[in-house]
Amino acid sequence: MSSPLLQVNDLKKHFPVRGGVFSRKSNWVYAVDGVSFEVERGETLSLVGESGCGKSTVGRAILRLFDITGGQVVLDGQRIDDLSPGGLRSMRRRVQVVFQDPFSSLNPRMRVRDILAEPIRNFGLAKSAAELEAKVAALIDTVRLPRDALGRRPHEFSGGQRQRIGIARALAAEPELIVCDEAVSALDVSVKAQIVNLLQDLQREFGLALLFISHDLAIVEHMTHRVAVMYLGKIVEMAGRQQIFTAPRHPYTKALLSAVPVPEPGAIRNPIILKGDVPSPINPPSGCRFHTRCPFVFDRCRTEEPELRSIEGGRWVACHLEALPGQN
Amino acid sequence: MALLEVENLQTHFRTPEGINRAVDGVSFHVNEGETLAIVGESGCGKSVTSMSLMRLIAEPPGKIAGSIRFQGKDLLQLSEREMRAIRGNDISMIFQEPMTSLNPVLTVGRQIGETLRMHQGLDKQAAEARAIEMLTLVGIPEPVRRVREYPHQLSGGMRQRVMIAMALACNPKLLIADEPTTALDVTIQAQILQLMLDLKRRVGAAIVLITHDLGVVAEIAERVMVMYAGRKVEEAPVAELFRSPRHPYTQGLLGAVPKLGSSLTGAARRLAEIPGQVPSLKGRIEGCVFAGRCTLATDLCRQVAPGLEEKGPRHIAACHYARKEAAAA
Ligand SMILES: Nc1ncnc2c1ncn2[C@@H]1O[C@H](COP(=O)(O)OP(=O)(O)OP(=O)(O)O)[C@@H](O)[C@H]1O
Ligand SMILES: Nc1ncnc2c1ncn2[C@@H]1O[C@H](COP(=O)(O)OP(=O)(O)OP(=O)(O)O)[C@@H](O)[C@H]1O
Ligand code: SF4
Ligand code: SF4
Ligand SMILES: [Mg+2]
Ligand SMILES: [Mg+2]
Repeated sequence: MSSPLLQVNDLKKHFPVRGGVFSRKSNWVYAVDGVSFEVERGETLSLVGESGCGKSTVGRAILRLFDITGGQVVLDGQRIDDLSPGGLRSMRRRVQVVFQDPFSSLNPRMRVRDILAEPIRNFGLAKSAAELEAKVAALIDTVRLPRDALGRRPHEFSGGQRQRIGIARALAAEPELIVCDEAVSALDVSVKAQIVNLLQDLQREFGLALLFISHDLAIVEHMTHRVAVMYLGKIVEMAGRQQIFTAPRHPYTKALLSAVPVPEPGAIRNPIILKGDVPSPINPPSGCRFHTRCPFVFDRCRTEEPELRSIEGGRWVACHLEALPGQN
Repeated sequence: MALLEVENLQTHFRTPEGINRAVDGVSFHVNEGETLAIVGESGCGKSVTSMSLMRLIAEPPGKIAGSIRFQGKDLLQLSEREMRAIRGNDISMIFQEPMTSLNPVLTVGRQIGETLRMHQGLDKQAAEARAIEMLTLVGIPEPVRRVREYPHQLSGGMRQRVMIAMALACNPKLLIADEPTTALDVTIQAQILQLMLDLKRRVGAAIVLITHDLGVVAEIAERVMVMYAGRKVEEAPVAELFRSPRHPYTQGLLGAVPKLGSSLTGAARRLAEIPGQVPSLKGRIEGCVFAGRCTLATDLCRQVAPGLEEKGPRHIAACHYARKEAAAA
């Protein structure tokens, strides 16, 4: 049996922060605190969860944008979290990223043509100048921008157009895995649909795998195979698309899904309002990290941390409840 | 009198390949205490419109023409100094890309505080206290610590909320919010929308909301203006627009919205697209701007540009063939 394309084992990333106003000692932000999952070739795994729960940090760790604090990242059977710069080079082509904030990741002085040509040249993906030009032109068509966009610089585009340049650049390297961090959030529904459909086509044709980080749950529902729900640096539930969206089990997942606005004026919704402040990743709550806001909290939750356990049909949940809500 | 009246706004950019007519003759108004949503395809001119209202378009290569009357004064006639007194104070803006709009070398507290010190004359301590209060309001945990952090130490959604805190700090009369909630989870999003509604209630502020999220539009807007290729193509009260969109582009847009739960029942998982792409804004477009993608297009559409016409109560659209209600005739 071949190994999954990406394996993340007990990943931890802690950032140092300055101590409080009166304290000399420095603290740690437990941004990601023991996360494990796998992504198969041709699969989309979505990471969802509250702002600040550590989704982008997981993405950045996989891209080796910093050294991780603990755990392992394994790409195609090979550990990449401790690779030398030389070994990183080939991994850099195989794993690409589309960031949340496209402008800050595009070089403002470069023309779009060169932004797209750079990875093709760097990784030797074109044999001649003509092939390079043809590839660049095909990429700009793929993300539905006009050809004359190639001669312009990033600031001359709208937010959504810049995002598409970022997507084209990621595709240019012909990667096996793309980390999409809010990659389509800035796009209107139609262009979003075009890009999502395109990603799905590439997935079918070339077995492209996606780690899809998004707050847009309707899009996640449309395109994902599996979903991992994060809360304060940990995965609290992981399951297939149908399972998550038709019968969420973890109390946090239920609350999250209930809050999605409906595109219908005057529509009736019954969002589960979470009480209490979002806790700090510096001082995460004891026991279950969700216990300060969970409507089902009981004594054990305050002291003992629930493990991510497997329940029916390939579904994982971290909660002490014997009978999870919605389970019979 | 409306709080904001924009007439025949034209914002063009000079580029080596010709003039880019990013906004090409758009008129609209916003009343006190009202929320107007602007929706439309990526690149149709929403952000350029809002940057024009703030006079934040670099001239050259840009050029703004028309009139923008705010509380009766034409902003385009003000000196840069007079404009600076209004920006961030009477009119403030939440920008689309937070990382680029925040200063990477200043703590978030300094950035929020700066506006307060400049416009409200607060001293350093008072400004920091108010900054902490604002961070609390936008739901950032541990505001006392976060106020001393730099933008790169925050998550994407926190940065966006810092921008929102900055924009709300001076209780503006007009808030322009360009994709204010794209990077936020739905719970925080609901909280931010609530804050914007509070601002309306407290100071009678008007809101211009630009978003691709039609769920958010349905939730908080009163009126919606639909833009396409630098023009306004439809405008109506929100319920009316969702119930009975008249312009074929608007119909396509609403039809393409994925709804939670809609992909789970057997049906195809491919998302609906509007085929084709927006025409180049360089060079005059003869006829209807949507003709190249419209399934109903005829020779008339390709030759004669449809004007904005009343199609129903407070409902206007620019299409030769849009259905008209008898009452509006
Ligand atoms: N360079 C850094 N230094 C210090 N803290 C950081 C740094 N990067 C991230 N953090 C912290 O780590 C936590 C997780 O951040 P992360 O960006 O992963 O969140 P996220 O889930 O992507 O949120 P969002 O949905 O808002 O983008 C946050 O508390 C954030 O402030
Ligand atoms: N500085 C500039 N120079 C030249 N063209 C520009 C400049 N800024 C914007 N444009 C062009 O103006 C048009 C409108 O851009 P705008 O940013 O208003 O779009 P938008 O409706 O906000 O789109 P999005 O939803 O993607 O944010 C785009 O075609 C863009 O390329
Ligand atoms: S373990 Fe307890 S607090 Fe945590 S989610 Fe389950 S019921 Fe709620
Ligand atoms: S005027 Fe013609 S081309 Fe334009 S939207 Fe109407 S039917 Fe379509
Ligand atoms: Mg993020
Ligand atoms: Mg924009």
